Amino acid sequence: MNNPAYPTIAENERKFNWQFLFNELKPKGKWLTPFNIISLPIMLLGLALIVLRFWKGLGAVTNLTQEIPWGLWIGFDVVTGVAFAGGAYVVTFMVYILNMKKYHSIVRVTVLNGFLAYAFYTGALLIDLGRPWNVVNPIIGNNYGTSSVMFLVAWHFLLYMLAELFEFSPAIAEWLGAKRAHKILSGMTIGAVILGITLSTLHQSGLGALFLMAKDKIYPLWYSEFIPILFLVSSIFAGLSMVIFEGSISNKVFFNQISEKNHKAHNSIIHGLSKICAVTMFAYFFLQFLVFIHDKNWNYLNTPMGYWFLVELIGFVFIPMMMFFYSHRSGNIFMIKFAAVLTMIGVILNRLNVSVIGFRWDAPVHYIPSWMEIVVTMAVIFTEIWIFRWVVNRMPVLSESPTWAKENNH
Amino acid sequence: MNLNRRIFFKTAGLIGASLAVGKSFGESTPENTEVEFRGMLYDSTRCVGCLECEKACAIAHNLPEPQDELKVGVLRKTSETQRCAINLFNTTKGEVYVRKQCMHCNEPACAAACLTEAMHKTIEGPVIWREPKCMGCRYCMVSCPFDVPKFEYNSANPKIQKCDMCYDRILKGEKPTCVEACPGEAITFGTRRELIAEARKRIADNPELYFDQIYGENVAGGTGWLYLSPVPFNEIGLNTKLQNSSYPELTKGFLYSVASVDVLLPPLLLGIYAATKNNQSKEDENE
Repeated sequence: MNNPAYPTIAENERKFNWQFLFNELKPKGKWLTPFNIISLPIMLLGLALIVLRFWKGLGAVTNLTQEIPWGLWIGFDVVTGVAFAGGAYVVTFMVYILNMKKYHSIVRVTVLNGFLAYAFYTGALLIDLGRPWNVVNPIIGNNYGTSSVMFLVAWHFLLYMLAELFEFSPAIAEWLGAKRAHKILSGMTIGAVILGITLSTLHQSGLGALFLMAKDKIYPLWYSEFIPILFLVSSIFAGLSMVIFEGSISNKVFFNQISEKNHKAHNSIIHGLSKICAVTMFAYFFLQFLVFIHDKNWNYLNTPMGYWFLVELIGFVFIPMMMFFYSHRSGNIFMIKFAAVLTMIGVILNRLNVSVIGFRWDAPVHYIPSWMEIVVTMAVIFTEIWIFRWVVNRMPVLSESPTWAKENNH
Repeated sequence: MNLNRRIFFKTAGLIGASLAVGKSFGESTPENTEVEFRGMLYDSTRCVGCLECEKACAIAHNLPEPQDELKVGVLRKTSETQRCAINLFNTTKGEVYVRKQCMHCNEPACAAACLTEAMHKTIEGPVIWREPKCMGCRYCMVSCPFDVPKFEYNSANPKIQKCDMCYDRILKGEKPTCVEACPGEAITFGTRRELIAEARKRIADNPELYFDQIYGENVAGGTGWLYLSPVPFNEIGLNTKLQNSSYPELTKGFLYSVASVDVLLPPLLLGIYAATKNNQSKEDENE
């Protein structure tokens, strides 16, 4: 450190980095792809609607009512989106804690997906908050509502985002060529993983616990004191189905970035994940069944809501579960991907049934999301995909790490 | 070894942080046995539906005076511009007027739900909403079993509207404005204990007139507003399906488990990590 030459070298490096960053911000490749042509207008319209929402209030954009204060933005963007982001904690558990090397090639992309999902769902949450300028209140400590489930969820969310950023940070260091930072950040991975899994356990279940006090407001088939555990268990297969689904698309879209070896390994990874999905879905289905019997819900079954419940549980949990079991044995990769899509639909149904569809099902005015709420939701998802694409095209997420980084790890 | 020690310190720090968070859950509100919960006793046999209390309430809180007509079959609701609403019901004992507003629960779900303590059960009894703290998440509306808090959806700076039992007047030693406005003494203000005794006395003095229960004595863990009625409460639009234990009780189990999971899971994960790591190095040696 006493070496007088040291600061100048650092300065040179920094200058070089600014130039480099500027270049990296420019788009790579073709502009007018079909995806861009579809997503850009929706993103711009979404932005306009967000401006309208802050100018005129939530009522100008959403169909929320006094009885049903949480709609699509909470029920889908936050409650469902976080379940889909559950893949990150499951995969990091498998790779770093259980030391399953086979899944190492999907860790980074899953963590990146998880991190972006959280970042954008928190963003969606800010749009939905009536008085977002007070969002710091439960964080900076002047107003700790410690008896609130949402207080816990907020803190676990925030800390988990930090943990995921640390988990992903070696990739950023590799992109910037920051060798020393890479070494330090890599050393923090396992701590971040342990913290991340713990935080995930609690906020995944916490999202369910949010609805515990709405005991008389949720249709009895979807309310039980086990909502937190049901949410936690379903986040495992929701997250893994997302990993299967997203991996299959990434494998095609980012074909050039993935090494020959990882391409070949991908089917074997999907095959392995299908078994975990099948087993956790069995546990979930069994738990749902126990809750159903325990709460003596038979008389609700022969109603329109009861049929809807059966559609969710048989059509989108039991059937994909059997497909996962079957295709794991037969090695049918296409069927696994199909089952993953069914499972994802099932998770969307479940989260929406608890938070929106079954919530105040007896209210005189039913909530149906406005087209503007749907456009904003789509805009949020598209923006996330844009950022995801930007990162994947620049940082070693799907592609191999540079050789110096690999040596660093040994 | 070096690596393991570093991880150990990280985890130890994590556990410490969790304990610190866990500890704050145990803290109870400052004890103050001197002040008793104030409440209101509403006697629907005395209410004549003059709407004077609604008007007084609107004036006191700078809200528009309700203009709609009061008749059987049309349910008037509280809203973001109306903190209380009187309705007329056709019952087995003829027409009965009923007033609806915030129940001021002993253990309010809205206050337990609020992560910024904007919804607050004061030691004097009223449940109040504090504007500078609220972030507008509307979790209080989701949690309230009586659907009381109302949100100004059409405002860029929205507020939650609900009855605050005229908290500012109570602090000055005055009675809530609706009590002052009521010409028939249908609403009585006092400590909750006195009001329950008064309600029991009225039922005992006139058993023919009253249905022999006090709505609010037990429902949702007990509420600050108490109702007397000539007919069973479900006939006058009060929700009789609600549980008698408090609503925050429902999240207690989850909240308690948080500290245990935060403390116990990291060492477990660390243990599994260490175990699988050793396996790996043994395998490497064997190769």
